[in-house]
Amino acid sequence: MNATERYGRLETHLRRRRDAGRSLLVPYVTAGISADWTDYLHAYADAGADAIEVGLPFSDPMLDGATIQEASHRALSSGTTTAGVLARLAGTPVAVPLAVMTYANIVFRHGAATFCDRLAQAGVAGLIVPDVPYDEVDELSTVATAAGVELVLLASPVTAPTRLRRIAERSRGFVYGVTVMGTTGERTGLSDSARALGTTLRGHGSRPVLLGFGISSPGQAALAAGSADGVVVASSLMREVLAGRGPREVAGTVAALRAGLDAG
Amino acid sequence: MELSRPGPDAVGTGRSRSVMADPGSTGRFGRFGGRYVPESLVPACEQLESGFRAAWADPAFRAGLARTLALHAGRPTPVTPALRLSAELGLTLLLKREDLTHTGSHKINNVLGQAMLAKRMGKTRLLAETGAGQHGVASATAAALLGLECVVYMGERDMRRQELNVFRMELLGATVVAVRNGSRTLKDACTEALRGWVTQVDEAHYCVGSVMGPHPYPWMVREFQRVVGEEARQQCAALLPQGRPDVVVACVGGGSNAAGTFAGFVDTDARLVGVEAAGGAAVSRGAPGVLHGYRSQVLQDEHGQILEAHSISAGLDYPGIGPEHAHLADIGRAEYPSVTDAEVVEAVLRLARTEGIVPALESAHALAWVLRAAGTPQLPTGCSVLVTLSGRGDKDGAQLVALRRDGARSGALRRDAAGTPR
Ligand SMILES: Cc1ncc(COP(=O)(O)O)c(C=O)c1O
Repeated sequence: MNATERYGRLETHLRRRRDAGRSLLVPYVTAGISADWTDYLHAYADAGADAIEVGLPFSDPMLDGATIQEASHRALSSGTTTAGVLARLAGTPVAVPLAVMTYANIVFRHGAATFCDRLAQAGVAGLIVPDVPYDEVDELSTVATAAGVELVLLASPVTAPTRLRRIAERSRGFVYGVTVMGTTGERTGLSDSARALGTTLRGHGSRPVLLGFGISSPGQAALAAGSADGVVVASSLMREVLAGRGPREVAGTVAALRAGLDAG
Repeated sequence: MELSRPGPDAVGTGRSRSVMADPGSTGRFGRFGGRYVPESLVPACEQLESGFRAAWADPAFRAGLARTLALHAGRPTPVTPALRLSAELGLTLLLKREDLTHTGSHKINNVLGQAMLAKRMGKTRLLAETGAGQHGVASATAAALLGLECVVYMGERDMRRQELNVFRMELLGATVVAVRNGSRTLKDACTEALRGWVTQVDEAHYCVGSVMGPHPYPWMVREFQRVVGEEARQQCAALLPQGRPDVVVACVGGGSNAAGTFAGFVDTDARLVGVEAAGGAAVSRGAPGVLHGYRSQVLQDEHGQILEAHSISAGLDYPGIGPEHAHLADIGRAEYPSVTDAEVVEAVLRLARTEGIVPALESAHALAWVLRAAGTPQLPTGCSVLVTLSGRGDKDGAQLVALRRDGARSGALRRDAAGTPR
């Protein structure tokens, strides 16, 4: 690891918890999915989340499966906007760091620098943009760094070894290992290639490595955490949210994931 | 609308030679293009780029493609002087007849290229998105010809508008997947095809239907469509006293027939005009954005949500435009006006009755602009115009019948045409 690198708020927090022996849990919620959506943030934090991924909905979410597509559609249909979400977040201090997940068009709409400044003003620590791959990342990572936003890069099971190393070095906050060749969505089991990805990424330094996409059960989470520092869980939680379960009920599922990780 | 001719420096200068050239490894056309895909698709795009570079540099591949285009697709297509319509408009109108290709549109040029490339790269399945169904039919045709499987993603709304083409694809052995997200048209079919591709990159080639998508698609598809412009250039040289047309016009959805056509004339001083649908005018009404893996002008709201395009023609119902077109607009080498649905219907009728040719609704956009501009400073009396007739209108029969039967609607369309000249 680069000796001069100063870790941001998200990474510092995740490192501290990881180094204390904890498997990291980052649950997801789509911003604007309900009037009380920020209550999910508090409920997740109370249930043992180490950070929270907040989805800023986009009309054409290329890397999302049916559940998050539906959540994005529902949020947008009820008038959710980036500005509205960031205003809500600015007025909602949450006990753990937040990372926004959205698509390139939302980021670039009024310029990436403006977008990152707005994230920082809203108190958001990290940013995940799945359709900005490593080769296209220069412009965004420069302005994110300037704004104090940690740009989390993703790696996939088919990413070449040298590229994995560069991604692990260039990522900030954590490294996001995508476990499947596919969209977000619940799956059973965990492939060997997913575990190999976690192991390889961890071998490239000390930055926290989280595995995500398709992880839904506490058992799967524990399995994934065996070859990474933790997990991101999205679709299984959003399926519950879409079914009308409130913050406290969904937090029960987060608590079960926490327990699975702690036991595993 | 102010239309400017490219200055004299656009001809024969270093700059004009580099326009419509190889965009290199970044796939950039000025500030547009690039490769905005998830990491999981990056290796597939890289393999495709190197596969295409190798094939395109291989005389055997090019000869094989040329042979297939000739023997199976019916190339070269003629350039037809539209004599009666020319006389009515007071200019020389030439039509590049892509409607006469096998499957009835220019889409076959690109698809045969990509299918042969996919086969060369060891892929066993073609994935395609389709709007009007022409690209889907062409993909299904090429897949059948080369013994590949074919899966076509099509918006549910388009499946209703283009029932005949759904039937044709199925007849050719393709599986048509109905896309029920968003506007249920071409944009959603593209998004769904990309999602599908991620799950099967090893065995499947995503056969993108226009000059859009992540690098190398915009460049590769333009190269596969270049045959349109190169043939037309030679044919114009034989037909026109001054050897080349004053103005070259093509319709633009994603922009593949226009890109192929323009590629044949970009180094001349011909004016290049790409005509968009008024409800899908990405250049004049869009803003810079990222959609379907590339950066370009995109119809979107102030928050960055993609807007649905609205056009009478399913093939132009697309909120983006190929990145190279956005760049050609930026540097002033091509211009991108738009025409209304009403003007398009009039253009179909006009060509049908003067020349005995029924154009596709998409292609009629190019003609509609010519009809509007003829005799104005934009298209002065006596000038020569090449229009690429990208496809034939048979697929639109049911829609045209419905439009004409609906008296109230067609009345409204006529008033529109008179009321909103652009
Ligand atoms: C006949 C015809 N022309 C034009 C188009 C638009 O495509 P492009 O702009 O890529 O030429 C289509 C698309 O379906 C078409 O079927």
